Amino acid sequence: MAGVSYVKASRVYPGNPPVRAVDQLDLEISDGEFLVLVGPSGSGKSTALRMLAGLEDVDEGAIHIGGTDVTHTPPKGRDIAMVFQSYALYPHMTVGENMGFALKLRRVPKETIKAKVAEAAKMLDLTPYLDRKPKALSGGQRQRVAMGRAIVREPAVFLMDEPLSNLDAKLRVETRANIAALQARLGTTTIYVTHDQVEAQTMGHRVAVLKDGLLQQCDTPRNLYEQPANAFVAGFIGSPAMNLKTVALTSEGAVLDGLTVPLPRSVVAGHDAKTITFGVRPESLRLAGGDEAGMKLTVDLVEELGADAYVYGSVDIGGTSERFIVRTDGRTPPSIGSTVTVTLRDDNEVHLFHPETGARLETTKAAPTA
Amino acid sequence: MDVTSLQTSGRTGAPAGRRPAPPRPGHRGRRSPAASVGLHTALVVASLIAVFPVFWVLVTSFKPDSRAIEASPSLVNGSSLDNYARILAGEKGDFLAWFGNSLLIAGLTTVLAVMLAASTGYAVSRFTFPGGRGLLFFFLVVQMFPFAVLIVPLYNLLLSLGLQGSAGGLVLVYCTTAVPFCTYMLKGYFDGIPREIDEAGRMDGLSPFGVFWRLMLPLARPGLAVTGFYAFITAWGEVAFASAFLSAADESKTLAVGLQVFVQQNRTEWGHLAAASILVAIPAAVVFYLVQRFLVSGLAAGSVKG
Repeated sequence: MAGVSYVKASRVYPGNPPVRAVDQLDLEISDGEFLVLVGPSGSGKSTALRMLAGLEDVDEGAIHIGGTDVTHTPPKGRDIAMVFQSYALYPHMTVGENMGFALKLRRVPKETIKAKVAEAAKMLDLTPYLDRKPKALSGGQRQRVAMGRAIVREPAVFLMDEPLSNLDAKLRVETRANIAALQARLGTTTIYVTHDQVEAQTMGHRVAVLKDGLLQQCDTPRNLYEQPANAFVAGFIGSPAMNLKTVALTSEGAVLDGLTVPLPRSVVAGHDAKTITFGVRPESLRLAGGDEAGMKLTVDLVEELGADAYVYGSVDIGGTSERFIVRTDGRTPPSIGSTVTVTLRDDNEVHLFHPETGARLETTKAAPTA
Repeated sequence: MDVTSLQTSGRTGAPAGRRPAPPRPGHRGRRSPAASVGLHTALVVASLIAVFPVFWVLVTSFKPDSRAIEASPSLVNGSSLDNYARILAGEKGDFLAWFGNSLLIAGLTTVLAVMLAASTGYAVSRFTFPGGRGLLFFFLVVQMFPFAVLIVPLYNLLLSLGLQGSAGGLVLVYCTTAVPFCTYMLKGYFDGIPREIDEAGRMDGLSPFGVFWRLMLPLARPGLAVTGFYAFITAWGEVAFASAFLSAADESKTLAVGLQVFVQQNRTEWGHLAAASILVAIPAAVVFYLVQRFLVSGLAAGSVKG
């Protein structure tokens, strides 16, 4: 077992201009940690993982595993195991042979291999299938074989490249919990790549958000949710997504239709632009009662999830129609086509970002001054 | 023979496992009785046309030379195993030596061509290297020269290499046709094997060559079988190069060259020729039998989601 560190590691694909798939990535992953790399397609998360695996070159910077510089070490010398999105099982070998292959290559005695494979198979409920070929297994079983192949080796680091994306929704949720539990039990450092922010938030000790090859933020799931470092992270983490709008800024605060949100004086004073990017999560909004002031929301769609309902609607802000999502009580959702008044649950539950750079303007929840 | 075998192996060899599913009996696959009769009639006629020449060679092989060609042909006319006995006894030339030569030359060609083509095909499929794309194009261009044009330059080349008249020289000549074609086919085959399998192998501790040897070759077995079959047939039935590049001594001939002793200036020993042809066809049939299950199987199924 070992920690992993990326030291200004970059992967640059030649071209005109060159494409920086991973740009100066700095990440410290401690021993035993479960780190999730998350980002949209093309964000460089898989490339970052493959650099660690030794399947992609590191063009600049370095990568260390357990304190050893492995930047130019071939994959076999890195003591890592990887679970692929497509599983990449060896079709001509049985499940048992697949799982024991790495040990066989290291000339581990046959009995030891057998024992370790049997142990891993038991852990993953694969014992009845050890003599089958991969093609005779279901998708979920294949996924577990891929996991077993990694476990049997007892590597220093597990790498997982979207291992759940080929499973159906129910199995994915189930396997998600199993992988997290397995990782906790084995205590092996794990780097997990996914494009699914729910997976990231539920599995990782820490989550690193990437976009265009650049690390946006790396923090615990809770901190990412509560203190997103920029507008991108704010919009990416959370489902449904945060309402992010760039609105006019006056001395009273941010102006949203009939609602003026008071902002901390420190933010207003230090900010010289006329506008501000204002973010509020659906659960921080509520339907206003009686004659309370608020935004007039025309309801386009209501998603009833049982306990809660998400109301999708549009609000006219400064002449343009902006979409908003509001979480309401599931028992009394407004009807489609109606107009409701929406206000904030708490003036503190807003996120403010620079309208151009997207950087967070407020790092602590200061008390409103207006 | 050469042309047909090329077409057969080319068609069946193309990524096995991706063949269309057989039409399922059911509401959509149902044919009208008239269509059924028509279809089967056409298939039966086509099969008869394909099988008859071989069948007639077999019939002829038992007849004495004098009765092989007659105004009113019959299936049996003084038929016996005499033709076979005389050929195997070496009365018409050293048949067993020819047989041995052919086996040796075709066998060496197969092994060498498949080994070279597999490694080249894998390299072209997986790695980028200078000239990688040009190489494939070059392979195609090489295939476009008619054999006849090549005989003289190849003769000179073999002469200067000191290989003229030797079996090894002929093997090299056959490889010039077999290797490019086999490389093309195997490249296609390797392209069909997911790259993640290579990567999983690398992660499990294989060297790049180990990946090729322990994962790719076993997975490409159907492709190897098909290309091996092609290489074998290329060398086994070839006449022009064999008669030009082997020494004229009877014991160094291949079967295809040796068969010419039955065709003389004023008469052809049809019975003997037919019997010898049947004997020649046996090894080719055996090779085909050995590889036929690979011609249709898809081994890569089940490796990834599917």
